[in-house]
Order: sequence, then C-alpha cells, then structure tokens
Amino acid sequence: MSDPILQLTDVKTHFPITRGFLVKRHIGTVKAVDGVNLTVRRGEVLGLVGESGCGKSTLARTILQLVPTTGGTVVLNGRNLATSSARELLAARRDLQMVFQDPYASLNPRMTVFATLAEPLLVHRVCAPTEVAARVAELMRLVGLAPRFMQKYPHEFSGGQRQRIAIARALALEPKIIVADEPVSALDVSIQAQILNLLAQLTKKMNLTLIFIAHDLSVVKHISDRVAVMYLGKIVELGLAADVIERPRHPYTRALVSAIPTPNPETERTRQRIVLAGDPPSPINPPAGCAFHPRCAYAQAQCKITAPLLVADGPTREVACVRLADLA
Amino acid sequence: MTRASTPAPLKSKAVPLLNVQDLRTHFHTRNGIYRAVDGVSFSVERGETLGIVGESGSGKSVTCYSIMGLIPQPPGRIVSGTAFFDGIDLLNCSPRQARSIRGKRVSMIFQDPMTSLNPFLRVSEQIIEPLLIHENISRREALTRALTMLEAVGINDAAKRIHYYPHEFSGGMRQRVMIAMALITKPELLIADEPTTALDVTVQAQIIELIVKMQRELGMAVIFITHDLGVVSGLCDRVQVMYAGRIVETADTRTLFKAPSHPYTRALQRSIPALQSKGTELYTIPGLPPDVSKNIPGCAFAPRCEFATDRCAAINPELIAVDANHAQACLRVQAGDSLART
Repeated sequence: MSDPILQLTDVKTHFPITRGFLVKRHIGTVKAVDGVNLTVRRGEVLGLVGESGCGKSTLARTILQLVPTTGGTVVLNGRNLATSSARELLAARRDLQMVFQDPYASLNPRMTVFATLAEPLLVHRVCAPTEVAARVAELMRLVGLAPRFMQKYPHEFSGGQRQRIAIARALALEPKIIVADEPVSALDVSIQAQILNLLAQLTKKMNLTLIFIAHDLSVVKHISDRVAVMYLGKIVELGLAADVIERPRHPYTRALVSAIPTPNPETERTRQRIVLAGDPPSPINPPAGCAFHPRCAYAQAQCKITAPLLVADGPTREVACVRLADLA
Repeated sequence: MTRASTPAPLKSKAVPLLNVQDLRTHFHTRNGIYRAVDGVSFSVERGETLGIVGESGSGKSVTCYSIMGLIPQPPGRIVSGTAFFDGIDLLNCSPRQARSIRGKRVSMIFQDPMTSLNPFLRVSEQIIEPLLIHENISRREALTRALTMLEAVGINDAAKRIHYYPHEFSGGMRQRVMIAMALITKPELLIADEPTTALDVTVQAQIIELIVKMQRELGMAVIFITHDLGVVSGLCDRVQVMYAGRIVETADTRTLFKAPSHPYTRALQRSIPALQSKGTELYTIPGLPPDVSKNIPGCAFAPRCEFATDRCAAINPELIAVDANHAQACLRVQAGDSLART
C-alpha cells in the first residue's frame, strides 16, 4: 500500500441560506459535504460517484479550496489547505489542478489555446517567457492536439478537443493531483472513450494521482482503482472499483448499480432491478440517523436514530450501514 | 383545404402507424447547407417501441422534429419526404390538419425538463392546455383528468402539487409532469427525445419504468431517441442507428446487439466502457463525425472505418434488407465480404 498524498478528515462544507435584501437573516444551511474522511494514495485513480446533489462536486471544490471549508482538514503534503493563506494556496495549487465538466464553459472564449495554456506557466513563473511557446507546443502534443492549432480559439474545436485543451491546462504545472469533475459526461460515447484513454495514459506516464468524479458507474469502474460512493454529503461505501460495482454492500450502492442499463438485451430484460422510490432528500434538512433510511428496503427503527459511521468490511472495503452484518 | 380528406381507414396490420419516406431536412446557413437529415425512411407499427440511436449531430432529433413540424423555417427546410401518419402526410398537409394530430395523436417529450416547461405558468395550466385545445371539455373536467394523470405518473400529493410552478419540482418530477402533459390526450404515438439523458441513473430507471407502464396501459407506439445503447437494449423492440443524417442499420434489438453488421454499429458497441475489461485501452473510433455541410459522395463513415475501400468513398450505400427485420447500409457487407477484425 503506497503512501497517502491527500488526507481529508471530517471535512464539512456548508452553505448558509439567507433571506432578506439588506438585513440578511440566516434561515437554514445546506450541508453539501457533511463529514467526509478520505485518504487518497499517491498514484491511484480514485472514482467518486453519486447522484446529482450528493455533494461530489462540492467535495472536489473543497479539496481545491475553491469554496471555503466549514470544518475539518484537507491535508496535502503535510499542509492543511483549509487554514492556509491565499499565498500558500497559490503555491499548493501547483500540485493540485482541476478539469471541469463542461469544456464549452470552462475555457475562456476570448483566449486562444496558446493564451489559455501559457497563463498558468506565466502566473507560476515555471519557465522563462522565451520558452513558453515551446512548452505550450509540448503540452498540446501530450494531449494529442497538433501545435499548429495554437492560435485558434475554443469555438473552433469540437467538444472532445476542448476537453483535451482543458486537460493540457491542468497538466501545465506538472501537478501531483488532478481532480476531474465529470470530464466525460458532456461528450459522446466514441469521444468519451478517447478522453478516458488519454486520462489513463497520462496518469500512468506522469505518475499522477487522479480523483475522477462521475455519475456513470461503468466509466468509473473502467478507470478507477478505488471507488467512493457518496450519498447526501457523506461517503457510504469505499473499496476497490471492481469489488464495489460487482459486489456492492451498502443498500444504496446496490440500488445505484442495479439502475445502470446494460447494453445486453438478454440480461437487461430478465434481471432484477431495485428501483428506488422518490428523490434523494434535501441536504437542507437531511433525515435523522442514516440519510438513506427513507428509501432503504432494509431500514429498521435503529436506522432512523443512529447515523452510521464508515467501518471496515474486509481488508479493502469500508461501508457505512448499521445493518451491514444482516445484509446478505 | 379538404379537411380529413381521407376517412379514418380501417387499421389493417399491413399499414404502419407512421411511415416516413425519404425525409431530407437541410439547414441553410451562412456557412453552407447542413444536411442534418439526408434521406431517411422508416416506419413505426402500432404499439411498438422504436429506438433511434446515434451520436450528437447524427440527425436523430431533427428527424423527429421534422415529423412534428418543429423545425424553424428558415433556416431549416424540409427538402423532400413524406411522413404518413394514419393516412395523413404530416409534412404536406394543411396546418389545421397537422394541428389536429400534433399534441393529440402524436406527442413529444424533450430532453431537458428544466427548459421545456414554461416557468411562468402553474403546472395545472400547462397540463390541461392540450385538453382544452383538442377536446371539447370544461376546465373543471380537464383539471380532474390532469389530476388523474399526475397520479398515474407517480406524483404524490398531486391535488396540492398540481398548482405548483415548475421550479418547485425536482428534475425527475418535472420529467414526470412532461410525460403527464404528453399523455393526457392518450396519443397513439409518443416521441421521446432523450428523456432521461439529463437525469441520474436511479431517476432514469424510474422514468423508463413509467414510460413502459404507460405504454402498456395506453397501447401507444413510442419512438425513443437516445445515445445510450444500454437504455435501448432493455426498452426497444427495434433499433435504428443513425450516422451523419442517414440510417446505417436497423434491426430488432436482439439482432442488433448480438449480430450487428454495419462497422459503425459494431464500433459504437465496442466503445462502451461497460463491455470492456479494466486496465485495457478502451476501443475508440478514430477521427471525428463528418461535417454535414460538405457534400459526402460516398459512405459518410468511410473516413473512420477500418474496412473502407476506394469504392466506399465513391458510392453512397443504400439501406438494403439482410432479412425480414434487419437492414444495413455498408457496401462491403452487402458485397458479401467478411469484415473480420484485423
């Protein structure tokens, strides 16, 4: 087992809901991330899955400190980012970069590819101004774009190519960790496969640690070493990718896995599917006890009172369910 | 204009509910003519579920928008084609005739439930609108029907929620409202344009289950547009695959998944991550979909196809039947070449 590179301890990110124009009254709190403990190991690909609103994107933004943390610590290289100053954060972000979901929105339409890729190099003074052009060309080749497109604008590229530019931008500073927030969900299947291959190659080649967020479990299973499943701001299951998806333990993971449509008409029509009733509850007033209990088929009186902690289930798995022992 | 010139014919098994022939929809823009749909022919039987799959820009949505008369003209233009729905050509009939069918006997649901509901109107107003237009019915009766419909699509506490505005519903609930709105006139054909793409998998499973249930109750036919082959495999009786504005393969679902014959269908299936083992390089289709504003003389897939020959680049292949319910448009397969992977 390799060494931890990033350590999250009881991370909480809450957003206040206020009402009123001049005098803001606090009327509630959205607990987007609510007590996440997670250790990311050097060189691994960690998949983070969950439905919309479960807090996976907020967790990503919390790791990069793009949103302030409410509580807990985010420790990278022995430094707690949650309490770091702006100057320290700037330095830390050399090691920590992000790729966003929508390559149509995450690239500045008024900046050429060259300007986009040169900016991090100049801000962080990684190379002399005279070497910037060479470095940009190198980055473009790395992600499979021809350097002759350097002076083009984002609108001249297709979605897949734009995502390549976004990846090149994240790689510009040779970070140690890349957080990719749904990098392929806006792309078509054939293009999606190209980007997944690229990410897999790059992580191997540059010895990167990748935190890969997605809602598509088959994509996550393909690319990740380990998977963390989130529900309403908490991690409910964590383990090796193939284990979690092929033999899910937590009732929520089971439902999630069974909801994936499989491209096989024979099995798809006969298999037993667990269809969850209703929507995920609101993170403003999450249910007491286990947040999943109102939709859970195994829920008991106990589940409405005690919030389960993530406990070890075998050597590589952690599950947060009170009834773990009773689950077949 | 002769209204209802064709008296409702007795439905024999041989006449399909919807029969589209040689549909061509082009968009005239400053950058040239985009041949979004370029010679598409297909039919839908009563009660069947037809899946249309393809990547973005393959023309699957434009095909259905053309049938529904939702193509903005200009820049769009339906250059040729007929679409007979129960004896009436939807593409060449009077607006009045089209209106009597659209929203009544053929309905549509859209991808994004966030933008396809009017944010300024209460859900109740939006659901009863098709009833007030198409049926001679009082507001009160319409509201009762709307309430029943909302309950049928699984909205709890419908009596209260019917007076809510769209923003008070979640994404999945809004899609349920859309479905209620589309089905309230008991249509014979429902066109669903990627209705679950914007939703989470667990919600997607709910919505698919709902569409199947409503289809069984109303006996309607469904055209299901999607790019997700997984969704198609569980839901559709028949599938047609589109590429660059043309149908490249059509077959019953089992055949399409077990024995796809067109190289594009095969490539599409191979690039699904679920079917590939971890650690291996994912199969990808080289290159990008073609620019449909250029005139493509041969097979549109030829530049990306590993089996393409010179003939493929020159001759535009026709969709030719392999057997009763399987047709495909690949010159090499039609010539009897075995396309074993190298």
